[in-house]
Amino acid sequence: MEKETSKAWVKEIQVAAQRIRIRVLEHILRNNGGYMSQACSSAELFAALYLKIMKLGPSIAPLTPLRFEGAPGPNNSNYFRGGAYNGELKPDLDQFIFSPSHYALVLYAALIEVGRLAPEAMEEFNQDGSTVEMIGHEHSPGVDTTTGSLGQAISQAGGFALARKLLGESGRVWVFMTDGECQEGQVWEAVNAMAFYGLDNVGVYVDVNGQQCDGEVKSVMKVEPLKDKLEAFGARVIVVDGHDVQALVAAGERVADQRPLFVLAYTDPIKNIPLLEQRRPVLHYLRFKSEQEKLEYQSLYEELKEMVPWK
Amino acid sequence: MEIVSRPYQNKFIEWSKDKPQVIVLSADLTNSCEIGEWSKAYPERFFSMGLSEQNMMGFAAGLARRGFYPFLHTFAVFLYRRPYDQLAMSIAYPNLPVRLIGFLPGITTPGGITHQATDDIAILRATPNMTILDCGDATDVETVLDVIQVIDGPVYVRMLRGEVPRLFDKNEPFKFNQARALSWGTDVAILSEGICTEEAMRASKALKDLNLSFTHLHVSTLKPFNDPQVLEAIQHAKFGVITMENHTTIGGLGSAAAELMAENGIGKKLIRIGLRDTYAHGASKPYLMREYKLDALALIEAIECLINRKFGIKEADLQEIRLDPVHSAAKAEAL
Repeated sequence: MEKETSKAWVKEIQVAAQRIRIRVLEHILRNNGGYMSQACSSAELFAALYLKIMKLGPSIAPLTPLRFEGAPGPNNSNYFRGGAYNGELKPDLDQFIFSPSHYALVLYAALIEVGRLAPEAMEEFNQDGSTVEMIGHEHSPGVDTTTGSLGQAISQAGGFALARKLLGESGRVWVFMTDGECQEGQVWEAVNAMAFYGLDNVGVYVDVNGQQCDGEVKSVMKVEPLKDKLEAFGARVIVVDGHDVQALVAAGERVADQRPLFVLAYTDPIKNIPLLEQRRPVLHYLRFKSEQEKLEYQSLYEELKEMVPWK
Repeated sequence: MEIVSRPYQNKFIEWSKDKPQVIVLSADLTNSCEIGEWSKAYPERFFSMGLSEQNMMGFAAGLARRGFYPFLHTFAVFLYRRPYDQLAMSIAYPNLPVRLIGFLPGITTPGGITHQATDDIAILRATPNMTILDCGDATDVETVLDVIQVIDGPVYVRMLRGEVPRLFDKNEPFKFNQARALSWGTDVAILSEGICTEEAMRASKALKDLNLSFTHLHVSTLKPFNDPQVLEAIQHAKFGVITMENHTTIGGLGSAAAELMAENGIGKKLIRIGLRDTYAHGASKPYLMREYKLDALALIEAIECLINRKFGIKEADLQEIRLDPVHSAAKAEAL
């Protein structure tokens, strides 16, 4: 019986992941461009984080996103934070810090899939005056802090995790980040400090898709061997296939060993969208080169949509 | 003149006692920033972050968002120049109450260009949500903490350490956005900040002997910059205005005064004493103040220029210069 139940949640995450890809592709077709490969690589990660790994309360944000109401400041101190979509931060609940904010499209699609955001929110993506920004910031759905200048999220997460220890809270701090970001020196300063202060309440899922803006990470600036490096810095590291839902979930289990957890999720940046093969080695942003190409993606979209259960 | 040894060190320990949310983050300059004793008094609230200022900004941001008041201690230059993006995006954008206690502002360090925060005011004035405070003496240092703590947002403080002169009455605390009026007059308005105030005061006796009527304001809040006294002083200055700052003349006190004058349609001469679009180098404070013309004599020269009159004042006519011993007992570290 238990086996049946576990199969059900695995299936649920797998379906949600594929629907995240389809939603992103649908948006890209409408928008004539977007971050497709990021959805290919990270769809299972987002689905697993939201549906199983993170312990979050219900969203306390409106299903329909708010309009941008101005930058924070002395005259705007109770400004809306996108973290509200991840629920109220109670002592025993988890917190989600979203690092590569150009993955915002994938995050929004994930929030829609898990019922925290209305599907219509996608129509506001990158529209003037909207909070559903192309690069998510802390007013954008699901985005708790401003992290788009890469490498800054992990230090902020370290501060949150230290605060939670000082406050005696049992909730964890989750970070979603990418391998390309590990080129930033700040990331290593943060890992060092999290290990130094024994912050085992931090869990970092890294989408190791081997891709960055200029092309393949290994051709732009090598970051591997990530496992060895992170371990040398004092982290607990688990390497998984980033599309294996059960492995992703199992890796997140808490171990009180004074070490921050890093889950290196190796992923395929063209997973389930084989048309992207033609774009290699630069997969960062998909913009259709011709009407013919767009039609090919359109028919792939129809095909994929037929294959998954849809609400 | 009373010289106070390490006014910050003891005051901060006493002040923090009933404020459990106040925590200290340090970047390997703990004793150099007079918080070695604080760390012993409150070890559970002291966090050594090592030589990693960018990461320290992020940790501070996370802690501040959870109700703590992180006081970051390092040399001023390492709080804004190296980790500027982190300061701007992780802390200033969300207007978090992080307190950046910057020691050795401007040319107060013999550490040379890498250690001299000479463009901090310019850079942080341009950063939304930042408040910039600037200490000129021991009384400022001892009383700035209460001013910092009521500000709902990030605060950058140019802090003084070691042997600090007491220029202002012990019972007249630092007041937010309120300059200290050291004299009122009608010929010239002198606006000075930080250690330049001591220099201006060295010149003031000689100037009074010449029957020069001048206003001298010690400006200790550099952002915001809308203290009505400043505008009033400028409006009443017959010959013009002189600003004196331990900082480049671009973007600091002099620029703020120029903006204020222009916005109010005040067409008067303005002489900006400061580093003239240059880096400095490693040498003693009095040497650098003379070399770059930031001292009392530079003020005399500026006034002569403004009112087109020669006073014939020499260094010997000015109040005695205060010399810090190179290896003072008040300095725990070489730097």
